[in-house]
Amino acid sequence: MMRRLTSCTAIAVLLAGGVIGAPRLFAQSKAKAENVADIPYDAAIFTKLPPGLYMGESIGVATNSKGHVFVYTRSGETRLFEFDQTGAYVKEIGMGNYAMSFGHSVRVDAQDNIWVVDEGSNTIVKYSPDGNKVLLVLGRRPDPVEQVSAMPGGGGATFANKPYSFNRQTDVAFDPQGNIFVSDGYGDARVVKYDKTGRFVKSVGTRGTGPLQFNTPHTIAADAKGNVYVGDRGNARVQVLDNDLNFKAQYDTVGNPWAICVSNGPHQYLFVSNSWPDSADEANRATTGEVYKMELDGTIVGKFGKGGKGPKEFSTIHQMDCKNPNEIFTAEINNWRTQKVTLHPMATPTGGK
Amino acid sequence: MTRTFRFLVATAAAVACSASLYAQQMAGPELAFDSTDIIQMPAGQYLGEVAGVATNSKGHIFIYTRTGHPIATVGDSRTFYHGGSKLYEFDQAGKFVREVGQGLYGMNAAQQVRIDPADNIWIVDAGSSQVMRFDPDGRAVTMVFGRKPENITVAPRGGGPGGAGGPGAGAGGGRAGAPPAGAPGAAPAGAPGGRGGRGGGAPAGAAVAGGPQGGGPGGGAGAGAGRGGRGAPGAGAQGAGLNRPADIAFDKQGNVYIADGLGNNSRISKQDKDGHFVKSWGQTGTEPGQFNKPHGIAMDNAGLLYVADSGNKRIQVFDTDGNFKREFGGVGIPAAMCITPGQHQYIYVSNSNDPETLDNGEIYKLELDGKVVGHFGRAGHVMKEFGMVNALDCRGENELLVGEMTNWRMQKVTLRK
Repeated sequence: MMRRLTSCTAIAVLLAGGVIGAPRLFAQSKAKAENVADIPYDAAIFTKLPPGLYMGESIGVATNSKGHVFVYTRSGETRLFEFDQTGAYVKEIGMGNYAMSFGHSVRVDAQDNIWVVDEGSNTIVKYSPDGNKVLLVLGRRPDPVEQVSAMPGGGGATFANKPYSFNRQTDVAFDPQGNIFVSDGYGDARVVKYDKTGRFVKSVGTRGTGPLQFNTPHTIAADAKGNVYVGDRGNARVQVLDNDLNFKAQYDTVGNPWAICVSNGPHQYLFVSNSWPDSADEANRATTGEVYKMELDGTIVGKFGKGGKGPKEFSTIHQMDCKNPNEIFTAEINNWRTQKVTLHPMATPTGGK
Repeated sequence: MTRTFRFLVATAAAVACSASLYAQQMAGPELAFDSTDIIQMPAGQYLGEVAGVATNSKGHIFIYTRTGHPIATVGDSRTFYHGGSKLYEFDQAGKFVREVGQGLYGMNAAQQVRIDPADNIWIVDAGSSQVMRFDPDGRAVTMVFGRKPENITVAPRGGGPGGAGGPGAGAGGGRAGAPPAGAPGAAPAGAPGGRGGRGGGAPAGAAVAGGPQGGGPGGGAGAGAGRGGRGAPGAGAQGAGLNRPADIAFDKQGNVYIADGLGNNSRISKQDKDGHFVKSWGQTGTEPGQFNKPHGIAMDNAGLLYVADSGNKRIQVFDTDGNFKREFGGVGIPAAMCITPGQHQYIYVSNSNDPETLDNGEIYKLELDGKVVGHFGRAGHVMKEFGMVNALDCRGENELLVGEMTNWRMQKVTLRK
């Protein structure tokens, strides 16, 4: 018993070390897809903060039906800012909130409720459209009293897979019925489904490389039919699940998906970012940093972008909003900025997967 | 047997089992009720986990909530705990009045708030292990029980053999800096650093060993409840110090009774109106007069104390000298509790759900003798469902305020007549 405990502890320490440290557990891979047509585009910094306010790591971005843009940022504190359609600052939401500890993702659902995914406090909080009211809390911030004697540091992987708590969950998505899908995460390796009231339905996934196995499910989106797309970042693929979380397909030619989104409208597209990693390692810059536009069946339409810190370049896209498929908002970790990307018509769309 | 048939049988069995379980757990009839969310926060301010709810004689509502951030300092010779909880006052209609106790030293992990007959505001904090009394205006702290540890252990997760020895030793076990008073039987004098650090169930020997070995067991406890501090389980701590106090009650003479608590002390401690320690009773165990995480305490008009002995799934009744009178159960794991005023008094007690499930969650209405009048509610997220209820306030027979940890919400509940 003692020996087993010791080895488990050693593994936990190793895992924790890997997660805490700057080096990632995987190297960003070059996308396998070849001869993908480039989509002409422009991009510019979108947000205009008032004097005295600064963006930190831009870790999440989402738009609502009015075109307002919400940016979740790891600044001095983790903060959520709202901007209007022109990028003008509107207000801050959730300041001092119990859940806002170490941001990861923000999404706006079809009713304009704002969902904030916080990796530090292990919670997902649903705010009313004006941001003034907390409507639902999923997950629970670890009890501080219980935790004091074991300060968590980077949070080791436990794979506890508990129905009502997460382990550094990463993202949230909604189907047309309001069911809630959570990618969870760094500590667990699974996808969790709740009904619209937050009652647990099911979860699938273990750590691994097979179907319904995940290595850092980092980003998640759903289409109008209720299919669920999971950016399985460590395995360099998008897994497609049906609404009951059965495996349907995988798209493994577009690199390591850090961020994915599905556009609105009758013809939906899937966008996948093979982000230039957050180490901003020059060695990867030539082979990563592009965003793929795909049909929902995995057919690649085209790509845009490249790694870098300059104009029209992207330094670790961590989240994208693509409700409008020709107007993409990108949140970049390393450049501390949110860009609005305008896609222009392509001369010759490519096929291929 | 076909696969489909087998599946049907299995499903039917599962349904039958869960149905009977459900029926078993729920004593008494279901009571019809309504609930409203009356609390209005100013724009840009939010309730967090609602640990405590209480009303004063004017009907003003006080909410003690875990919000903002519990912060541990770094780059400091004293790694201590600050922030993390706030106390808000609202009027009868739920309109925001003000915040009380901004930045207070002992407000770290909200556990409970109660108002005494003179309208003093008492807060119970499980992070600082303190009970603090504000005057009715909330302008001054007029009494403090317990002492906040000067520093906390910061050990790497999973720090076990080898690795955690260093930091554990530096901080001297779970709760170094715990007040030296009391706990005479638990740890050797002069080894304050060694006390505690382990969760419930650790043998007393482990705590004692922590001193000379420099935090071996304390630092290595890892995921243990770890609020050691005062005495090993079963030691029957006697002093004025507290270990994760849970709740507080008052008698007509102004004596103060503290359920102490969620740490290892497992006792009720009595102080007089001037704050002098009178006595305490109880230790960890299952016998009458013993406790396992006494979570709630309330007093009736006859001067009897009711203790929600959550770990033992019972309510124990004592006189004000700590003499055991009776006990009753059948209400799940009693956590939050209140007793209604008036001639015919009732107990409301919550079988709160564990945060990892949405099982249970119902609230019971009981006669003082333990007879179940009925129950209402269940665990969940929407209105009329409850998320880990930690506070009940009942100023009237059929009107309650319910504080929920995991839903960050207070519901005003009215039972239909």
